[in-house]
Amino acid sequence: MKFMLLIHGNEQAMMAATPVNPTGMNPEYAAYNEALIKAGAMLAGDRLRPTTTAASVRIRNGKTEVLDGPYAETKEQLGGYYLIEAADMDAAMDWAGRCPAAQWGTVEVRPVWPTQG
Amino acid sequence: MSEIGNEARRAAERVARDSYGRLVAFLAARTRDVAGAEDALAEAFASALKSWPDDGVPDNPDAWLLTVARRRQTDAARRRYTRTAGEVHIQLMAEELEDAAAHPDAIPDRRLALMFACAHPAIERGMRAPMILQTILGLTAIDIAAAFLIPPATMGQRLVRAKTRIKDAGIPFSIPEREDLPDRLDAVLEAIYAAYAKGWTEIGDAAADRLADEAIWLGRLVVSLLPDEPEAKGMLALMLYAEARRPARRDADGLYVPLEQQDIALWDEPQVMAAEALLRAANRAGPTGRYQIEAAIQSAHIARRVTGQANWPTIVTLYDVLLQLTNSPVVILNRAAALGERDGPEAALTSLDTIADDKRMADYQPYWAARGHFAARAGRKDEAHEAFTLAIGLSSDEAVRQYLSGQRTALNDG
Repeated sequence: MKFMLLIHGNEQAMMAATPVNPTGMNPEYAAYNEALIKAGAMLAGDRLRPTTTAASVRIRNGKTEVLDGPYAETKEQLGGYYLIEAADMDAAMDWAGRCPAAQWGTVEVRPVWPTQG
Repeated sequence: MSEIGNEARRAAERVARDSYGRLVAFLAARTRDVAGAEDALAEAFASALKSWPDDGVPDNPDAWLLTVARRRQTDAARRRYTRTAGEVHIQLMAEELEDAAAHPDAIPDRRLALMFACAHPAIERGMRAPMILQTILGLTAIDIAAAFLIPPATMGQRLVRAKTRIKDAGIPFSIPEREDLPDRLDAVLEAIYAAYAKGWTEIGDAAADRLADEAIWLGRLVVSLLPDEPEAKGMLALMLYAEARRPARRDADGLYVPLEQQDIALWDEPQVMAAEALLRAANRAGPTGRYQIEAAIQSAHIARRVTGQANWPTIVTLYDVLLQLTNSPVVILNRAAALGERDGPEAALTSLDTIADDKRMADYQPYWAARGHFAARAGRKDEAHEAFTLAIGLSSDEAVRQYLSGQRTALNDG
């Protein structure tokens, strides 16, 4: 089964906890990624730039509206994601608990709804 | 609150849970309706938890709970009768309460039978420990969910389903016959030990710490109800060995300390002695079961209290016996670690190679931590670096992660 792990947290706190490392990935994330790959669980994963760079698009009455910023202004923001392969929800939750972000933010686990055909 | 006040509070709560479990087991054993028995006692139990710590424990706790439960039950029955006439279940439960209240001193202890029902093969394995914690100890679904890291609503639903299953599938409330007893008892012990293991691994979490205490209490209960079963004693000993070392597994800065580097002075001597006495009693008929062997391994580990060194040759031999019983890759892993201490790191690595292709090891943190440890000692730096990296990535405990990061950094200094 595929699961999406969504990393939520306060952007400022996120920058403080895992600053962008110019020479490569933060070592805790590097270890986590390697474990995911080695276990055959990693499908995709990325860190997202801060919500100050976001734009939100919607079409209302045939007109395209573009808004600066994220979809919802909240205290915590979506900061990154992993798409993983896991046997079941419990296994996916184990991976969420190992994600370094679980120590300071929240990792939401969402089963992927498979599309037919 | 003062430490003495806390102590009194815990003692009162303990009596309330003891009495509650006995009454739930008694009522449920007659009707096979666990949820109904819990309902009947829920309010009485809640008021006991509230008033006993302040007002003191009543002389006859069972009678106190029954009196309150009966009053509420009659009220509820009256209210419900006006809506759904002739609800058999309410009537039956009310009669049970009347009966019990008439002779509260004669209520037999059916908790063991209830535990066997909760750990019945027809109950999903993962739900057996939560069921025992709820029915015998009266823990709430919220508390249990917190310790088992499951959303509370999900835990609540699963508990309800398991209770319905006990009723609908005709799961018996009895102590199994002699020939079935070892297997069925193993399921009960496994459930209690699973509760303990939850309480042991989650560090610094109040819900988890408390779960360890409750599991030990249940272990004592089983030993007292089945005094002739060595495996029950073996499991209780195993839990007490682990509990004795609890204060030593973190240093002053909260960092993880492996067993072999723990400060012996921090081990809880009375708990160690209690564990040793239980193990001796269990082994009187000869060591047979898994828990006795695991407890014996713990005993050999802590031999360094006396000799200054763990008894590695004995530990390897005991793991050989355990391996024959379980054939589990986790036992191979633990045996390899002991082998490494006895025969050196290369022996450990060779042994670990035999389970390297086992899919279960790919995301098993202790496997990679052990690989890293012995590869480092064997001077294979690159291999150790890679193994420590995987172990770090698979940790969900910050203290362990920091410890492993320290080990990985030390590779470059050595």
